[in-house]
Amino acid sequence: MYKHVITLLKKDLLLELRQQYTFYGVLLYVASSIFVLYLAIQQPESDVWNGLFWIIQLFICVNAVAKSFLQETRGRMLYFYAIAGPQHFILAKLLYNTFIMLLMSLISLVLFRALLGNPLINFWQFTGIVCIGSVSLSLVFTMLAAIAAKAQQQASLMAIMGFPIIIPQLLLLMRISKAGLGEAFQAGALADMVWLLCGLDLLVMIMAIILFPFLWKD
Amino acid sequence: MKKSWWKILCIVLLIYVLLGGLLMEVPRKAILNETIRNIYFHVPMWFGMMTLCGCSVYHSIRFLRNPDLLSDIKATSYASTGMLYGILGIITGAIWANYTWGKPWSNDIKQIGAAIALLIYAAYFVLRNSITDIDKRARVGAVYNIFAFAMLLPALWIIPRMMESLHPGGMGNPGADPRDMDTRMRMIFWPAAVPGFILLGIWISTIIIRFRKIEDKNLLHV
Repeated sequence: MYKHVITLLKKDLLLELRQQYTFYGVLLYVASSIFVLYLAIQQPESDVWNGLFWIIQLFICVNAVAKSFLQETRGRMLYFYAIAGPQHFILAKLLYNTFIMLLMSLISLVLFRALLGNPLINFWQFTGIVCIGSVSLSLVFTMLAAIAAKAQQQASLMAIMGFPIIIPQLLLLMRISKAGLGEAFQAGALADMVWLLCGLDLLVMIMAIILFPFLWKD
Repeated sequence: MKKSWWKILCIVLLIYVLLGGLLMEVPRKAILNETIRNIYFHVPMWFGMMTLCGCSVYHSIRFLRNPDLLSDIKATSYASTGMLYGILGIITGAIWANYTWGKPWSNDIKQIGAAIALLIYAAYFVLRNSITDIDKRARVGAVYNIFAFAMLLPALWIIPRMMESLHPGGMGNPGADPRDMDTRMRMIFWPAAVPGFILLGIWISTIIIRFRKIEDKNLLHV
């Protein structure tokens, strides 16, 4: 089981290292969108900063994750179908996208801090929240990319399907990230929300493992 | 008669809700005043919507277990009736909020939840329409329906309990606050309004299902 997942994960990483297409493509997307933001509103207030940061994360995620199923051609999917189980395949994709998204989120955090000012009072706490957030975003959108891959128009459909589903998590994230911006929370409230986010991540993974086999066979 | 007893029950209950809800005494509360009667019409919409969407997911799961286009027709029909209930719930809520909170939409966490639910079901229908192959459409639609419903539940049942809300109950229980209704109101709300509107929703769905069955006769193997 683990061997299969790791092999598939390795294959994705190896392809990435060889082609270096997704990584630099998304990196360019991150950099240019943050640069445009910087040109538009140099140094915003902390609330605006927070809101913009998560919206940018959302769009980065749609772009980074959409590629993961698009790059698999029909023939290659057939090959995977022959050598691996659907659970292995989706787990590898979930892990790979989580990894890419974590990387992109941290890069965009650095760029945000450099270009749009630094309203963060508790930088490391905010970094932790960004990690939780990027994991949540990438898991949900991986599952949606798998669904959207079955219906040709990938990116636009992913946005239509994904935005309503991600709103609750995004609201929670914007709420807890105010901790990093210096807002005091009731005792336990912050931990509750973090646990809820982790629970949602777990739910998404379980749903993906249960539901992906039905998308898999064509 | 054997098959239609619940339809007669539905009509009787709804007549009782209409007459009793508009004519019977209600407690006089500050701000709420007579608008409290809206509880008989606004809140059952959410009970109805949850029931209908639950039925929709049940049939989606049945479709994945045993691919039969009839299950797919049932799932979409329940989802569309559920969406209708959601729209009616938002409208009745907006009218009520206009008189009690001062404006129809105030970004209350439960209003957002309702809007998310509607957007999700709208996306479900967009997704279905984007796939031309009938079997594939049914399968992908079922997967999205189950996934979206699982993601919707925390948004409707857990998050409102963690955030401040204008709705009664507020922190703790986001549902109807039992203290706001007296015995007379409860006599209409629980035994009549909630089951009455749920039955009406199921009735509407069964009519849609029968209509679709005739429409797609050549696709179903009956």
